[in-house]
Formats: sequence, structure tokens, C-alpha cells
Amino acid sequence: MSDRQTRIIGQARRRVDGRAKVTGQTRFADDIVLPRMLHCRLLRSTVPHARIVRIDVSRAEAHPGVHLVLTGDSFPISYGVLPVSHDEHALCRDKVRFVGDPVAAVVARDEATAAEALALIDVEYEPLRTYASPEDSLSFPEPRIHEYGDDGNIHKVVSLQFGDVDRAIAGADHVFDDVFFFEGNTHLPLEQHASVAAIDADGKLVVWSSTQTPHYLHRSLAKALETPAAHIRVIATPNGGGFGGKSDPFNHELVVAKAAQMLDRPVKICLNREEVFYCHRGRHPVLMRYRTGVTKDGQITGMDLQTLLDGGAYGSYGVASTFYTGALQTVTYQIPTYRFRGCRVFTNKPPCGPKRGHGTPQSRFGQEVQLDKIAERLGVDPADLRLKIVAPPDTLTANFLQVRTIGLARCIQTVVERSGWRERFRKLPRGRGLGLACSSYLSGAGLPINWNDLPHSGVQLKLDRSGGVTAFCGATEIGQGSDDVLVACVAEVLGIEPVDVRAVTGDTDLTPVDLGSYSSRVTLMMGNAAIQAAERARDLIAQAVASKLGIPVERLVFAERRVFDSEDPGRGVTFQEAVCIAEARVGTIGTTGSYTPPKSPARFKGGGVGPSPTYSYTAAVVEVDVDPESGWITVPRVWIAHDIGRALNPTLVRGQVEGSVYMGLGEALMEEQVFRRLPPRLSNALVHKFPSILEYKSPTTLDMPEIVTDLIEDPDPAGPFGAKEVGQGPLLPIMPAVANAVYDAIGVRVDEVPITPDKIVRALQAQKAGKPARFGPADFPPVPWPETLHVTPPWEGGDGRASNEPVRRPKRKADAGVEATAGVRS
Amino acid sequence: MMRLPSFRYVAPRTVEEAAKWMSGSPGEAMVLAGGTDLLPNMKRRQQTPSMLVALRHVDALRALRVGGGLSAGAGITLTELVRDARVRAMCPGLWQAAAQVATPQLRNMATLGGNLCLDTRCTYYDQTHEWRKAIGFCMKRDGETCWVATSSPKCLAVSSTDTAPMLQALGATVRLVSAAGERSVAVGDLYRNDGMEYLTRRADEILVDVRIPDQEGRRSAYWKLRRRGSFDFPVASAAVSARLEGDTVADVSIVLGAVASRPLASDKARRLLVGQRLTGEAIAAAADAAYEIAKPMDNTDFELVWRKRMVKTLVTCALRDVRGDDVGELRQRLARQTLQMIA
Repeated sequence: MSDRQTRIIGQARRRVDGRAKVTGQTRFADDIVLPRMLHCRLLRSTVPHARIVRIDVSRAEAHPGVHLVLTGDSFPISYGVLPVSHDEHALCRDKVRFVGDPVAAVVARDEATAAEALALIDVEYEPLRTYASPEDSLSFPEPRIHEYGDDGNIHKVVSLQFGDVDRAIAGADHVFDDVFFFEGNTHLPLEQHASVAAIDADGKLVVWSSTQTPHYLHRSLAKALETPAAHIRVIATPNGGGFGGKSDPFNHELVVAKAAQMLDRPVKICLNREEVFYCHRGRHPVLMRYRTGVTKDGQITGMDLQTLLDGGAYGSYGVASTFYTGALQTVTYQIPTYRFRGCRVFTNKPPCGPKRGHGTPQSRFGQEVQLDKIAERLGVDPADLRLKIVAPPDTLTANFLQVRTIGLARCIQTVVERSGWRERFRKLPRGRGLGLACSSYLSGAGLPINWNDLPHSGVQLKLDRSGGVTAFCGATEIGQGSDDVLVACVAEVLGIEPVDVRAVTGDTDLTPVDLGSYSSRVTLMMGNAAIQAAERARDLIAQAVASKLGIPVERLVFAERRVFDSEDPGRGVTFQEAVCIAEARVGTIGTTGSYTPPKSPARFKGGGVGPSPTYSYTAAVVEVDVDPESGWITVPRVWIAHDIGRALNPTLVRGQVEGSVYMGLGEALMEEQVFRRLPPRLSNALVHKFPSILEYKSPTTLDMPEIVTDLIEDPDPAGPFGAKEVGQGPLLPIMPAVANAVYDAIGVRVDEVPITPDKIVRALQAQKAGKPARFGPADFPPVPWPETLHVTPPWEGGDGRASNEPVRRPKRKADAGVEATAGVRS
Repeated sequence: MMRLPSFRYVAPRTVEEAAKWMSGSPGEAMVLAGGTDLLPNMKRRQQTPSMLVALRHVDALRALRVGGGLSAGAGITLTELVRDARVRAMCPGLWQAAAQVATPQLRNMATLGGNLCLDTRCTYYDQTHEWRKAIGFCMKRDGETCWVATSSPKCLAVSSTDTAPMLQALGATVRLVSAAGERSVAVGDLYRNDGMEYLTRRADEILVDVRIPDQEGRRSAYWKLRRRGSFDFPVASAAVSARLEGDTVADVSIVLGAVASRPLASDKARRLLVGQRLTGEAIAAAADAAYEIAKPMDNTDFELVWRKRMVKTLVTCALRDVRGDDVGELRQRLARQTLQMIA
């Protein structure tokens, strides 16, 4: 199929859900209104860390219009998205861990009544030490924020080594040792999280929610509410933006579900903006130290990375995030030896988790800025340095990631040409500069969160006498266009138009499981499943039509809503007739397709994070204009080239690339999820500095530059019609490219994001005072690293196992659907 | 953010009637004009008036007269002000100030009077009730401490109006009407450098109009610093109004915004410039003088030392603008727009 000329795939088309979105017909979770529906509000902690001594809800319960008041007593069972971090309860039971942690819920006739009743709940707290920074958490193991984790307030520490990195660095001509910091930031979806829960006609629980991961919500509801999964239906409503912020099961979802069960009435909640900042699960603040050895001609001999993640108050995806800060360094450039040590600590702040790029943008920032420093020291053009060390296709990296197609060199060459790099880099007048950076990202995580042998994505097709096709898939439309991809893949194979296919998605009652809209997995996994289901349907129909028309099945063509003889195109039937012929012959027509990623060659503990069926690649050049007096930064233009494999719908692909540039510039220049610690002698308070969409600064249209986007197409055999991901990768090069451009413009390094005018002025002042022309973190604190796992790289004969790893007892249960161990093994 | 608390709403049709409502329950009633400042504040419980006296049906507040100066009703929206070619021709600085307030949608609602009376702002104060509870509240509402500087005896919330510094520089006066009568106050005297008692307007007084003296022979400019090209309140600004004779400064007024609890005029900068030619050196000296009086605190966007430093840049830009330099490219860079598209 994939080498055939396509009619729909590759065409820039209006997305199938575009009409509903621009006419306001899309029903988001908060648009759902049901008869007898009640409204819920959550009481959230106003203290950062405390034991709950007493909660008195009697006044709230007595308030007119209140139907139910819930506390942690109603939620004895913990949950969490990763099996290794089931550390959340829908409402806090014994302690609160950050300002915003939910402690009680009121369900009332309307929102205002619920809000009034919240004020009538009395909570007595016994304050505990406030952990405001990773340094606090490393310094004080007691009291612990959680009673689990690797040590004290350390949630997770890992240490992995691939080859003799110390010897490789010692033998290098130059060693670069740099510390970088990446500030935390949040997703900022326009749609605030909302959920409605109800009991349906036959007594089963239904939850509509703005979630990216209905399957994980489904599992969490079953576990935490002790309700059989088969009696729960989760419907993921279209998300008004997700970016990773709606990938965890959330307190409010469990609370309305429980309330609906208890009251047998529909219950709704829509979070306000402040609460969305508290749900967070966004970008971890990461301090990192890169020690990299290079030869005088620019080959990397070894890389030694340490990362320290400020995890906030709960686990969330944090164990995976920790591994991700050290996973993808090797898939862009040749790195023969590599050591990664990562540490995530708990602090009394909203939990961090997966935001677009999940754990990789922070360390990609350090890696790409350090490469710029290496090129400068060696006197090499940074584009040439990268071109020289780009990873070759079809190789296994030091940490056993399988690189397949890699269009990175073409991406670099494209942005170099487009931006006039050769004529302009290091040659522009003071105050103007160009910066280059590259990146890579997964096209879907190779391992599932709940480790089992089941497919990651399933598609079912229903074909009937109308000639219409319905495609069912658990994938979730979060604005990225997954419904369009589903419809396009099916329509392409069956030779019909996208409008002939109806997508039914994200509904656990109706659709086969898809793991969710995260890790850039949907196009690749759902797309492959859809192609398989459609090909099976096509084969059924082809057999029937071939026999009816008396021509060999190989000669049949499906196109233009017809099934016809390729040697005599006038001879054939309409698609609708073809379906009827097939239905008459074999009965009701339904087919399925599914997708499971290939097994990863990485078999060491921690090797579950990083493998992917294939990787996307991006290169970007950013132009900046920096005022040497004020440090004021303007970005007039960005050139970006993305190795997409194949663009299924170029309109959507370009939208993702441009949206990534937008989000990347926000992270590079202004966005910060930061906190205020009041003077400890006066207060324990630790609060989000500005949980508001006005004061949390994100760029406006006026702040956006011109973007020149190039799509590099070299179909990857692993992808549907050759497609790779585009939702996350193009974000990553923007932040380091801005930093590198600032250096080209003005000769100072800002080794952290966001890069703000005051930091540039400080660096310029340091330069004037004869100090290093730099603003950034000074050092990396001591971390109690565990024993390093030694894995021999493939070219030294390694088999993907660690040489010193304790032998694990096989714990797999017979029932593959039951959680055995996590894909993220701890 | 919570929803609005309940309140009584009255919609008088005359200033007299409105003044009567305001005097009826002193301290309990507040004036509602565009609502873009007050209503969000009420949702956050920063203000909890029991009665709102709405001015939108008081036609007398919507007059705009030009000739021998300018008289603008307080109820004129910022969009109306910005779209009036006469305002732009006569007071380019006022046009620049109004055009840079918030967003087009907010300017469609927000009024000139509302912008002048804009509540002072602070990142410890412009927060929801729950957030403020988490810090034990602050001096400006429900608490005792000013968290910006815990030893400060007074509130340090920031004057964040764009039009006030410009109108002060233009020598404008406002008319305040209450049931007891009316009075005129220079814009410079409308404010106090106190984050809580930032207005000299009494609680029962209604600001009804703004009068700007004849601008014949005068030039003006307003330069605003904010993170983004839209939405944001100023973190520092400079308003300049000047009368030039040839290239010599006959008279000038330089007023800073968003670096104290009120607009701050720099007398020293004025003294340094009057009688001088507007050379680069003279402008730099005036910018240095203005810089001295700026007292930004850590309660807005951006780092405070840098904000103070930027006062020099803003004053320099405004004086160059008044001098007649082509500052379009500078404006584009700093404001992320040329402002031309707003007209």
C-alpha cells in the first residue's frame, strides 16, 4: 500500500473536525448538561505541607442546597498513572503536600452553593517542614513528603553507564563541563479540565472528561472506586488543548465519579484557571551538568550527564520523566560512551509530569548549547560540527535505542540554506544573531505504562449497505487532528473520501483500547492499526467483487468511491455496491486492526524508557535581535525543518510545527511556573507565584515571528504510509537555538531558560567586570547516586543487559491484562 | 477564581442621581463603569461592595469635546478615545497611552475614568481569595503585612494606569462630583503614593470628566514597558509633554508610571531640560534624573533592578519621540507593534 500513489494521504486538507470546531458545535466536557445534574467544587489546601488533624464538614453538610460532602475518608484506595507511583488519593487522607492539594469536595445544586459550602468546612492543619527546592529536599530527609521513594525525599535516583565513559573523556582532546538550568513551565491549555459523571440506564458509571488518556482514567476509576472496569464507561470529550496536562487521572475525575455513584445523579465539575495551575503535571525544573569529551576534529568520545528534577508533590509520570532526561541524547549524534545519572526529588509544589517533549527538552537544551560552545572552541561552524557527527541510519545506539530512518542531516542543510546561515552566522552586526539547534523525539513509546503483551492501539471498522464506514478507536482528539488521521488512513485504503468515514473515538464502551494521546504515539500506532483494519476490509470486499465480476482479485482497484478493474476501469461497481456484494457473500462486515511496537533490544533496568518504533528529527535556526543596552530580545524569524517521514495531512503537520515554535519561544523567553516562599521566620507559605493566565506570561500573536517551515519527507517503514511524529519534536530545538542566537548576537551565554532581558544585562555586566560572560547556575549539588548499572554498548559486544544487574525473578502473571511490572521499572 | 458575590445593582441616568446613590451608603457602594478592573477584583474578593452604581446609562459622561483643549467624559471607552482622530492629532501621547491599554476587547469596555481610578496592583494582592488565604492575606485587604517589604508601614501596590501619567504630564484636571457638590482636581493631585489610599477622590465622589488644556505648540509621547505586545499592565512607563521653541525646550513635564503607588513626576528632569536644546546629552541627563526617583518593587512582572534601569530607556525614547525622531522601529521592537494598526 505505502508505495502506491496516494490520493488523500499527502494532500493538504481541511481536517474532518474543523467544521464543528469553527462553528462551535464541538461538545467539550463543560458543554455537557444533563437533567438533574449537580455541581461539584473542591476545597484545596492553603498550606504547603501539613498533617490533617481534623476536618469538620458538618456546617457544609447543613448548608441549604448541599447534597454531599466528601473527604479523604471516602477514598481509601490510592491510584496514579504509573504502577510504581500509586501515591495519590482523590482527596487527601492524612496530610496535604502542596497549596492546591484537594482535601474535601462539595456537591450541590449549583456551583455558587458548592462554593459557599466550601467556606463552611473547617480544616485543622499541623504544619510540617516546607520543601521549596530540590536543595531543601536533598538536605532534609525528614519529615518525608511521601513514605515511599528511593531515600528521604528523593523519589527516584538512577545511574546507568554504557561503555567506559571515564576513560573516553580522559582520552579526549577537550573536555567541556557545563551546568545548565531549565525552569519549570506549564501546558496552559485554553480549555480548563472538566468532567461529568453519571449513572446510565442500566446502572453503570459513565464519565465524560477532558482527558488525553481515557484508558488510564478507566483503570484508575476501576481501582480507586472498586468498581469492575466493565461497568465503567469513560468518554474522552474533545480536548481544548492537552500538551500532556490531561494525561494523568485527576482528583476531580474520581470525585465526581464517586459522587455520581453515591447520589445516582449526574455530577459535574469544571476547574477554574487557578486549579489548572495546581493540577499542573508540567515541565520539571531541571538542573543538569554535562561533561563531554571531544577530539580536536569534533568527534564526541564520551558524555557524562547528571540531572536533578524538582518533581513537586506527587509521582505522576516522574519516574519516566527522570529517565527521559537521559534517554534521547544518543539518537541524534554518535556518542560512543555515555553515562546518565538522574535524580527526582519531592517538593511541596504542584506535581510535575509530562509536557510536550516529556523530560527531553530540558536536557536537549543543555546538549545543544554545549555543542555550540564546542564548535566555537574548535573553530568549527556548529552546523558542520553536527553534520559530521549525525547518527547514521539503522544503528543501535550505546544505550540500545534503534535508530531507523534519520533525516537530521537534510534538516540541518535545509535550515542552513533557508536562513542564509553561511553568509550571516557570526557575521551580523552586534545585537543581531543566528542560532542553530537540533532535536529528536519518539514516534510513540515502545513500551506501555502497564507492562503487558497487549496491542497499544486497536481499530475496528463497520461497513454497511449505506456505503459509509465507521472507524472505532480509543484514540483521543486533543486538537492535534487524530480523528483526521484515522479517517484519512481508512479512506485512503478503501478508495473513498474522508467525509465517507465516521470516526468514533475515545469511548471505552464503544472503541477498542488505544493507550492515549501522549508520547507522540497516535499517528504511528493508530495509523498502522487503521491501515490493517482497512486492508482486511478491502480484501473481503475485493474477494466478493472479484468473484462477482469474474476478474482476478489482484486487478481490482479501490479509488474514487469505486471498485474497478485496473485493466478496464469502466468495468466495476460503486463502493456502496461493492460493500453490498460483500455483505451478501460473507454477512455483516466488520474488521479489526491493531498495533504493537517491536520489542526493544534494551534489556537493562531503565531500558523501558526511550525505545520507539522510529524517531523524528528536527533542526531550527532562530534569528534574534538583542538590544545591547537593555537586553530586550526580539525574534524576527525562525526557520525549521522537520523529518516527518511522510506528511499524512501537511496542513496538520505544519500546524504542529508552528504550534511547537510558538510554545518553544514561550519556554525560551518567558514562561515559568515559579513559586513564592514567604520569609520562613514569618510564614510557612509556599505559593504559586501567579496562577493566572494574565500573569503567567505566554506569547501573544504580536510576539510571534515569521516561521519558515520545511517538511523533510523520507517515508519510514515503521510508520503508516511512512509517517513519523510531529506533535512534540519540533518544540525541542527552539530553546537552545534561541540561546545560541543570543550568543551570536551579543557574545554572552545565558545557560538557562527562560532567557530574559535582565539575565542578558547581568551577563553583560559580568563580562564588563572581567568575569565569564555568562548567566546561569554555578554548580550541581552532591547527590547520593546509587551503584551504576554497567551496560556494554552493542559495538563492544553488549547484549542489552547490564553486567551487574541483580537477576530479576520472573513475575509475569498468566493473564496478560493484569499489571505485572511497569514498563517503567523501578 | 470564584464567581461574583451578590450585590445590589442600580443604573441611574444622571450624574446627580448617581451621586445620590453614592452618598446613600458611604463605603458600601462603588461605581461601575466598564467593569474590566472592578468585576475581576470582586470575583477574587479584593473588593466586596454591597452596591454597584452603574454609569453606562449616564449619557452626560460620554461627551467628547475638542476645541481650546479637550474635555472627555469619564464614561468614554478607550476604544472611542483611540478612534477619535482629533484626540490623536491633539494629544498623541494620550492616544499612545490609551492604545496600549490591555487588549482591543478590554478597551471596548474599559473607560477613561475607570483607567484613571484603576486599583493599584501587586502580585501578592491580585490573587484569588484562596491564594491570599495561603499567604495569610496582605495589608491591602484582610491582612496586616505588606509581603513586598515586610517592614513597610504602608502598602506598596503599584499604580498601573497608562492614561494617568500621561494626563498628569499634560496638565489635565478631573471633575469630581458628589451629592455635596463638585470640585476640580489636577490629575497630579488625584493620587497619593500609598497603595491602599492611592486616590484623593472620596468614596462618595464620582469622577465625571477630564479636561486637558489647549495643546497648541505642545508635543507629547507615552512609552510603555511590558512583557508582551498586548494584555499586560505596564511594569514601567514614561509620559512626556513638552513645548519646544525651535529645538529648545520651553516647558516640559516628565511623569513615570508603574514605578510607585502613583504616577511620579520628575522635577529634576524638568529643570535639567527647560531652556536646553534636546540633544542626546540633555536627554541622557534627564533620563538619569528620572531614573533616580523610580522605586520599583518585586511585585509586578520582571526583575526590579532591570525595571528601574529601563526607566532610562523609556524616558529617552519618549523624549526622542517628542523631539521628532523616527522612532517607529524602536517602538516596534519594544512594544511588539507600531500602534498604527490600532487606529
